[in-house]
Amino acid sequence: MASAALGAMPTRPRRTRVLRPGVWILPPLAALGFAFLYPLALVALQSFSPDDGGHSVEPWRQVLASAAFRNALWNTVWIASGATAGCVVLGFFLALVIAFVPFPGARALGRFIDTFLAFPSFLIALALVFIYGSAGMANSLLTGLTGSHGTPIAFLATPWGVLLAEVTYFTPFVMRPLLAAFSQVETAQIETASSLGARPWRIVHQVILPEALPSLAAGGSLALVMCLNEFGIVLFTGAKGVTTLPTLVYSRAILQSDYPAACVIAMVNVLLSVALYGVYRLCLRGRHRRGGSRAGA
Amino acid sequence: MLVHSRAARALACGAFLLLAVPLFALPFLTVLTASFAQGWSGVLPSAFTTAHYAAAAHGESRDALFTSLATAAIASAAALTVGSWAALAARNAGPRLRRLTDGLFMLPLAVPSVVVGLGLLVAFSRPPVLLNGTSTIVILAHTVQVTAFAYQSVAAAATRLHPALEQAATGLGARPARVLWRITVPLLLPSLNAALGLCFALSMGELSVTMMLYPPGWLPLPVRIFAATDRGAVFTGAALAVVLLASTLVVLIGCSRLRTRALYR
Repeated sequence: MASAALGAMPTRPRRTRVLRPGVWILPPLAALGFAFLYPLALVALQSFSPDDGGHSVEPWRQVLASAAFRNALWNTVWIASGATAGCVVLGFFLALVIAFVPFPGARALGRFIDTFLAFPSFLIALALVFIYGSAGMANSLLTGLTGSHGTPIAFLATPWGVLLAEVTYFTPFVMRPLLAAFSQVETAQIETASSLGARPWRIVHQVILPEALPSLAAGGSLALVMCLNEFGIVLFTGAKGVTTLPTLVYSRAILQSDYPAACVIAMVNVLLSVALYGVYRLCLRGRHRRGGSRAGA
Repeated sequence: MLVHSRAARALACGAFLLLAVPLFALPFLTVLTASFAQGWSGVLPSAFTTAHYAAAAHGESRDALFTSLATAAIASAAALTVGSWAALAARNAGPRLRRLTDGLFMLPLAVPSVVVGLGLLVAFSRPPVLLNGTSTIVILAHTVQVTAFAYQSVAAAATRLHPALEQAATGLGARPARVLWRITVPLLLPSLNAALGLCFALSMGELSVTMMLYPPGWLPLPVRIFAATDRGAVFTGAALAVVLLASTLVVLIGCSRLRTRALYR
């Protein structure tokens, strides 16, 4: 279709208007500035503006000294690190099986896990309430088996419930880049190592892992950033017992209308996440460079 | 093939299923089952009913579904426009400007969505632009949230595009606008489509930024699901969640059908 349209075009050369190509980038950048960067700058500004007027570091001093903030920071960091470690281990194993130990339905399952990425995270948290909640399946199964009363499984409202939900939801984010990396691994390499007598464990360790390490690092740091920023899961599962930085921002701003404090916590959260996101981008760049040198070799 | 012996392979597959099924399949099955449950205090629900769906079909729940669909439609269309414009314009810009654009447009992925909401709340509750308490601020927030995904997928597709067709068109004298409209956009149509579907799905399920911003008259479905489960109506919440997922899937399937038709053209 395109070629037919072009064939009908006059062939005389046209004068091209002199317009720097970079100019076209300005409208979307302006839109982003208006809707994202300007609000973010105001959050930074507000964090230095206590409610009684003027500018000072007083909100920062108060927030950083408060026990609620320290508790939330600690919760955020350890839940996110734990969930990421779980995602990396689990995602590596599951992706390994899908890619190298094919069984009927493995690909379909892989695609199903892929659609996970588009689903809301709180759905997982909601499901865990039915499975592990105080009146859920697991508890009634256990009380039915043992005949005891009460709730043998009561971790859902604790940080462990949040951790489990985050591992479930973010594992696909680790698996996707890993599956892409595994498809690049030469089958011949594995066959060679195998026929030379290497055990599966050694092949994974010495052939597959080095190849997949940049992707694993990229997926892992993406999962870490998303765990640090997760709000829906914490709200649904651990709302009463567990506070993280995002839920603390929410409760300070919306429930208590303490905007300067909310802005301070928000800035801490942003600094943490953006720094980690920088690491993720470095991992990605490393992966591309490796890919490029491989292709060139 | 990594493991050769039958026993080892069975072991690997068994471990896989043992991990993957409870972790990924069970959540969906339980939400689906719970949405039909009348009461659930045993291993399985005691009785089944469709009353939760009947309740979801009218009143505030129906309004919430329409609110979500409208928000997602407008936000994903806006995000696709801004994101693909930026991705396409960045291709022709200098390397430094391109890297800057890349960084800035991907930044919303790294910033917590709660903070995005807080920023909009702080910025647009004061002059010169007053948006707090309107539906516009929710739609704007969703657009900010999903633009990065639109930008990412269109930029990735644009770098894979072979430049020969565009160069040929330019060489034959086509103006840049004509090259864009007749060559670049048609070639990118499948990925534009996929990006639209992804943005729509993400906006449908967005909770955190919405919780920060939603005004009384514009209450999207995820907020209503949270409100229902928070006051203990978990089965209603499950039914609403299934409605949310089903309507998202219908739109996604519609998008992918469009995509295949675009490929055949």
